[in-house]
Amino acid sequence: MKEKMIFELSAPGRKAYSLPALDVPTVAIDELLPLDLKRETEPELPEVSEVDVVRHFTRLSQMNYGVDTGFYPLGSCTMKYNPKINEDMSRLPGFALSHPYQAEGLSQGAMKLMYDLDQYLSEIAGMQRVTLQPAAGAHGELTGILIIKAYHEHRGDFKRNKVIVPDSAHGTNPATANMCGYEIIEIKSNERGFVDLEELKKVAGEDTAALMLTNPNTLGLFEEDIVKIADIVHEAGGLLYYDGANMNAIMGYARPGDMGFDVIHFNLHKTFSTPHGGGGPGSGPVGVKDYLVPYLPKPTVEYSSEQEQYYFDNERPHSIGKVKAFYGNFGVAVKAFTYILALGGKGLKEASEFAVLNANYLKAVLKEHYYLPLDQVCKHEFIITPTKEMKAKGIHTMDIAKRLIDYGFHPPTIYFPLIVEEAMMIEPTETESKETLDDFCQALIKISEEAINTPELLHDAPISTHVSRFDEASAARKPVLRWKSTYFGD
Amino acid sequence: MYPENLKYTKEHEWVDLETKKIGITQYAQEALGDVVFVELPEVGTHLEVGDSIGVVESVKAVSDIYAPVSGKVIAVNEELLDNPELINQDTYGKGWILQMEITEGEEDLLDAQGYQKIIEEE
Amino acid sequence: MNFVPHTQSEKREMLASIGISSTDELFRDISPEVKLAEELKLFPGLDEMSLRKEITMISQENAHVDEYVSFLGAGAYEHFRPALIDHLLLRSEFYTAYTPYQPEISQGTLQAIFEFQTAVCELTGMDVANASMYDGATALAEAIIMAAGQTRKNKFLISSTIHPEYREVAKTYAWARGMELLEIPYQQGLTDTKELEKMLTTDIGAVVIQNPNFFGGIESLKNIVELAQKNKTMVILCADPMLLGLLEAPGKIGVDIVVGEGQPLGIPISFGGPYLGFIATKEKFIRRMPGRIVGIAQDRKGNEGFILTLQAREQHIRREKASSNICSNQALCALAATIYLSTLGKSGIKEVAEQCIYKAHYAKSVLNDIPGVEIAYPNTKSFKEFVVKTEESIESINKRLLDAGIIGGLDLGEFYPELKNHMLLCVTEARSKIEIDLLKRVWEGEE
Repeated sequence: MKEKMIFELSAPGRKAYSLPALDVPTVAIDELLPLDLKRETEPELPEVSEVDVVRHFTRLSQMNYGVDTGFYPLGSCTMKYNPKINEDMSRLPGFALSHPYQAEGLSQGAMKLMYDLDQYLSEIAGMQRVTLQPAAGAHGELTGILIIKAYHEHRGDFKRNKVIVPDSAHGTNPATANMCGYEIIEIKSNERGFVDLEELKKVAGEDTAALMLTNPNTLGLFEEDIVKIADIVHEAGGLLYYDGANMNAIMGYARPGDMGFDVIHFNLHKTFSTPHGGGGPGSGPVGVKDYLVPYLPKPTVEYSSEQEQYYFDNERPHSIGKVKAFYGNFGVAVKAFTYILALGGKGLKEASEFAVLNANYLKAVLKEHYYLPLDQVCKHEFIITPTKEMKAKGIHTMDIAKRLIDYGFHPPTIYFPLIVEEAMMIEPTETESKETLDDFCQALIKISEEAINTPELLHDAPISTHVSRFDEASAARKPVLRWKSTYFGD
Repeated sequence: MYPENLKYTKEHEWVDLETKKIGITQYAQEALGDVVFVELPEVGTHLEVGDSIGVVESVKAVSDIYAPVSGKVIAVNEELLDNPELINQDTYGKGWILQMEITEGEEDLLDAQGYQKIIEEE
Repeated sequence: MNFVPHTQSEKREMLASIGISSTDELFRDISPEVKLAEELKLFPGLDEMSLRKEITMISQENAHVDEYVSFLGAGAYEHFRPALIDHLLLRSEFYTAYTPYQPEISQGTLQAIFEFQTAVCELTGMDVANASMYDGATALAEAIIMAAGQTRKNKFLISSTIHPEYREVAKTYAWARGMELLEIPYQQGLTDTKELEKMLTTDIGAVVIQNPNFFGGIESLKNIVELAQKNKTMVILCADPMLLGLLEAPGKIGVDIVVGEGQPLGIPISFGGPYLGFIATKEKFIRRMPGRIVGIAQDRKGNEGFILTLQAREQHIRREKASSNICSNQALCALAATIYLSTLGKSGIKEVAEQCIYKAHYAKSVLNDIPGVEIAYPNTKSFKEFVVKTEESIESINKRLLDAGIIGGLDLGEFYPELKNHMLLCVTEARSKIEIDLLKRVWEGEE
C-alpha cells in the first residue's frame, strides 16, 4: 500500500472549498498591492475535491500506530490512554474560538482555568506558582533554566556559568543549558544507576548555576539520596532543576518541591494525558518555589478579590520576559485540566500506583528472558537488554524492537539512556490491563526464543508492514525533503 | 588496521607525514558507522593543534575533528562532499579529509603501536 | 473517574508475581523524609457528566467569535475553517501517535509532514522547510540563533514593526545566548529604511522583518533585502502564509530564512495556542536548521517511504552542541495546515487573500468617512489589517461596539506608548459587508 502525494491527485480547476461571494466593491488588485512584490509563479498547491482530501488523509491515518491502535510502551514518553472527553472540552467554543486579546472581562473562563490549573499543578509538585506559557517539555526546560539564570544575575552573581547534568540525562538537558549560555558538566552515574555523591561534591562549587535531574531518573530509579544531592547543590549556591518527564511515577507519593527542587517543568502530554499528536502540540508548564516567582514569564494570571475578577499581570520587572506569543498552548491546558478534575487527588495517586505496579510486573516477568542490568525495584519504567546468548547470534536491540512490530506492538524506547548499551526502556503506564501486559510479555518471550533459534526472523523484521527497514545513511547523504513532480517517476 | 607508515592522535586521527594528508582512523569510522556528511575547513586557514577543524557526521553520531598538528590547510578532499562514505570504504586512502603544511606538533604524534595501546584501553 | 483497568484480583496476581503483598512496597525507595504524608489537596474526581457540566460552565464565562462579530487580529486570526479539518484531526491514529521514531508504523504522520514541508517550500519559495516549530514567535527567535551560528555575529537588527510579543520572545532568547538585538524605528507604519541603512554595519548578523508587519502594512521588502545584501547581512522574514499566494515568494527575492505563524491555515484561535511555527531556508543552511525534518528513504525491498532524517543535528544525538533543544514539533497543527492548504489549494489560497484585501480596503474606506477617524498611514499598502487614528479614546469606542455585539480592534497604545488613540483592525474573509457597515454605524453612534 502506497498513498500518492496529495499533490499528485491534483487536476487543474478542481476545488474542495466554497467561499462566500465577494460582497464589497472591488478595485484592481494591482492598486492595492505593491507591483514589485506581485507573485510571478503560483505556488504548486493541490487542486483536489473534498472527497479526495478526506480519503487521502484517512488513508494516511491508517498507516499510523497510535495509543488507540495498541500498546505503546515508549520509555520516558508516558503513552497513556488519552480520554475522549479531553478532546470535547478543548473544542468548546468558549475555549477554541476565543481570542487571546479580547478584553479580560470577556475572558474570565479561560483565565479561571489557567489560574486553577496553576494551583493544581503547584499542589501536585509542591511548588508556589506555575506558568503555562512553555509549549513543550524542552521549552519548559529553557524557561526554567532562564529563571535560574535571572535569579543568579539579579543577585549580582555572574560567576555561575556551569550546569551539572548526570550522564543518564535526556539530551534536551545539555542542549537547553547550552542555549542559555552555560557550560555543561557531565557527571557519571554510579554502578547502581544513581547520582554519584562524591562526583557531585567534586564539581559543585561557586561556578555552579544548577543541577538538572530527572527523578525517577531515566533508568526508572528513584534517587535514594535526593535530599543529600539537594543539600550539596544548595550549599554550593546552585539551584535544582527537576525534569518532569517522569512525574507519572510519583504523583501523590512524593513532590519535587519537598525533595528540594527549586524549579520543575511538567509534560502535560505525558503525565496529564493530553495526546502527543504525532509529535505535538505538547505543553511544558514550569513551576517554581516562592523566591523564584518574580522571574516567571509574563504575564501571570492573578485574581483580584476586590474586583472579583481575574487579570493578567504584566507589571513584572524581574520577569525573564516572554518565551512564546500569548499564553502558551491553552488548548492543551484545557485537556490536562479536564484530566485532573476527572481523577482528583486520589485518582492521580492511583495512576502513579498502577503505573509503577505495571512496570514492576513486566520487569518481574521479563527478567527471566532478557538481561536486566539494574535489578531493583523500579518506578514507572525499567531497562532490559538482549542477553549474551542473543548477542552471540548477532541480535541487537533494534532487531527485537522491529520484531515487536510484527507482533502488533509499538517498540519501547531504544538505545536510551546512553549509559546502558543496547538499552530497551519500557514504560507501560497505568492505563494498560494485565491482559495487554501478558500479551506483550508473550511476544517478547517468543522473540527471545526466535533470537536464539531463528535469528534471521529478527534481522528481517518487520515483515508484516507495508514498508521494511529504511536505509537511513543514504537518505541523509542525499536528502530529499520535499516533493517535486520529477522525483516520482512511477 | 593501523598502518605503520602513519602517525596517530588520541582523538583518532591519522597523519601521513609524507603526503601531509590527515583523516580519521579505522577505529573512529567504525565507531561512527555510516558517514553521511563531512564539514571541511577552508583552504588557507591557519590551525593550531587542537583547533576544531570540521565535523564528521553519521546517522547516529557526530564527531568533531581536531587539528592534529599546527599549520596551514593547503587542500581539502572535496570528493567527500558528494561521497562521504569514502571514509568508511577507504579510510586511509580516498577517505582523507585535509592536507596541511605542517609547522609544529609532529613530534607529539603517536606511532601505530602507541595508538593501538590507547584503543585497547578504551 | 480514572482510567485504570485492573480488577482487584488482577492486582493481587500481579503483586504475587512480583513477590510482594502491597503496592506500598514498590514505593519503599522513596525515603520517608520526602514521602508525602497526606493526600494531595485537590478535589475528589468527577464522573463524566459532572465533568462536562463543570467545564462547559467555565467555558461559558468566555466570549467567543461565534457570538460576537470580531475585528480583532494582531497575530490571532479568524479565517474560514472547513469542517473536514476537525474530522480528520480526530482520526485517533494521528492524534494518539508519538513522534514517528518507528517509520514502518508511522508512514501516515511522516508523509503528512513531508507534504507540509513541500507546501511551505512552495509558498515561501525556499529550498527546505522543517516539520514545524512551536509558534511564529519562537520560530523567529530560533531563526536568529541560526543566523548567529552561520555568521558568527552577535548583533541583529529587528524592526519595531514586528509583533511586539514576537520581539519580546526574541529578546528572551537573545539574552539567554548573550546576543544583542537593536530595534529599527518605523515611519508611516513601515520599517524606516533610511534608518536601517545607517544601522547596517559590518558587525550585524541579520536583519529581521515581518511582512505584512504588525500594523498590517506591506514592507518594501526588495529594498530591504538589497540594503542587507550590500552589507553582506542575512535577511530573516516573518511572513503571513495567507498572503504568500499573492506576494512574491521570499525565496525569489533573496531572503535567507523565512519563518511565520501558520495559525491562519485552519487552526482555531484557541485563546492563543496551540499554534504552528514554520521555518524554511536555503539548502546551504540546512544543517543549522532546528527541529525535526522528514526525508525520503528506500527500504530494504526498494520501496520508497519517509523517515526522520538529518537527526545528527538534534539534541538527542548532539546534546549540548545541538542546533536547538527543540524535540517536538506541532505535528497535529502542521497536519491541520496541510489539510487546509490541500482543501483551499492553488486557487483558494489566492481567493482568501484577495477577499481579505478587498474587505479590509472597504472597511478602511468606510471608517475613514467617520468624523474624528482617519486612516493612520494612508499611503501604506496593507493586507488584512490597518491602523486608524481616532479623537475618541479606543476604550470608549470598543465599549460602544461591545454593547452592540462587536469586538473592536486592538488598542495600540498598549504596545506602542506613542500610538495612544490608535486602533489596529483586522478584516478577513470571515467578515461580511453587512458586518463592516454595522461596525461603522455603531462606531458613529447610529445604532
